[in-house]
Amino acid sequence: MPKITYIEHNGKSHTIEIANGLSVMEGAVQNNIPGIDADCGGSMACATCHVYVKEEWFNKLPKKEEGEDDMLDMAFEPKTNSRLSCQLMVSDQLDGLVVNLPEKQV
Amino acid sequence: MIKTDALIIGAGPTGLFTAHQLKLIGLNCEIVDNLDKIGGQCIELYPDKPIYDIPAIPECTGEELTNNLIKQLKPFNIKFHLSERVEEVKKNNENWEVKTNKGTEFSTPNIIIAGGVGSFEPRKFSPKECEKFENKSIFYSIKDKTVFKGKTVSIFGGGDSALDWAIELSKDSKVNLIHRRDEFRGAQSTVDQMNELVKSNKINLFTKYQLKSVNGKDNLASIDIEHDNKEVKNLKSDYVLGFFGLIMQLGPIANWGLNIDKKTINVDTEKFETNQKGIYAVGDICTYPGKLKLILSGFHEGALAARACFKLARPNEKYRFEFTTSSKSIKDRLGIKE
Repeated sequence: MPKITYIEHNGKSHTIEIANGLSVMEGAVQNNIPGIDADCGGSMACATCHVYVKEEWFNKLPKKEEGEDDMLDMAFEPKTNSRLSCQLMVSDQLDGLVVNLPEKQV
Repeated sequence: MIKTDALIIGAGPTGLFTAHQLKLIGLNCEIVDNLDKIGGQCIELYPDKPIYDIPAIPECTGEELTNNLIKQLKPFNIKFHLSERVEEVKKNNENWEVKTNKGTEFSTPNIIIAGGVGSFEPRKFSPKECEKFENKSIFYSIKDKTVFKGKTVSIFGGGDSALDWAIELSKDSKVNLIHRRDEFRGAQSTVDQMNELVKSNKINLFTKYQLKSVNGKDNLASIDIEHDNKEVKNLKSDYVLGFFGLIMQLGPIANWGLNIDKKTINVDTEKFETNQKGIYAVGDICTYPGKLKLILSGFHEGALAARACFKLARPNEKYRFEFTTSSKSIKDRLGIKE
């Protein structure tokens, strides 16, 4: 299974094996990673699963679909490398992905 | 103090249908919601998005669903307390005493929390020092636009609120519009109108910038904004407005002694009662083994919680199960004449 690494804002790192087909958000929620709220449950209707993706990975990810940037406008401290983790589907191509979590979601 | 058989917190689809169920079995109820309109997430987050999994409704938008639920409530005269947030919940003998941020007080044996993921609050600026100026020079909504006349106003955001206010205030104020990216999510006609005003120098537009810090002693003097490439600009500003949309916060519910786990409230699946007798939670905010965060689950949960309310509201009566198709008393309540 692909391994995804979540780094909390305080630096604490969690590397988890996540089944293909789940979203990076679902992987975090199912494994109780603090720092991903996912209030809307993955329907791209909030911005509380916001993560930062390092440049080398950011460019490898499937591009944002319409609406994701609109939601990111509402996120806490969005940056150019911000993504909503509910829109990132885990696959073998994402093995080794590292995401950094913002200081807070709300 | 308003006396009611049940108080519903949250005017989303679950709260609305729960009210319907309460009225149908002959209980009265009132509804409090922090938003200024009825509909909850359906109306605030996805009014135009189609929903495909409401039983017997193949497709409808969040707004249509809300309007239909309001229509279904029409036979009942239900009092809504909008733009009010429940702050305090206290037990007084058999009843709960509830107080809102506007000072409205209720006494009720039953509280049904249908609060979704909490109340909608404006997303605020992240620099700490912004708090100091909040409601003085930094605002997240506008109550009196005349204060901005002749002043320099820096507006942040890329949606309709930011654009509408930038356009409106550019008539009498010096307006800076700052947004984190080049695209705006506002209506195209509004974006075009804004771009015209930028061309005629009525609006100073800064894209790919975000607020870095605010400066000033007692009054706001200027702000620093930072470009994606780290370049910083200082803008003289008398006022700063932030329109980043609304986010959901659990808020005071966390302080009512309920069994809360990850922003959701544990309930039983018979009455949807919390660990506090007479306080129920239904819809997205409740959790139990197998919970599905679907609107239809909220309807079911509300229907059962309403029956549980009957016991506490009418301790000397016995609840009788009846169908709407055949019950004379239900038809009377619905105002149907045969």
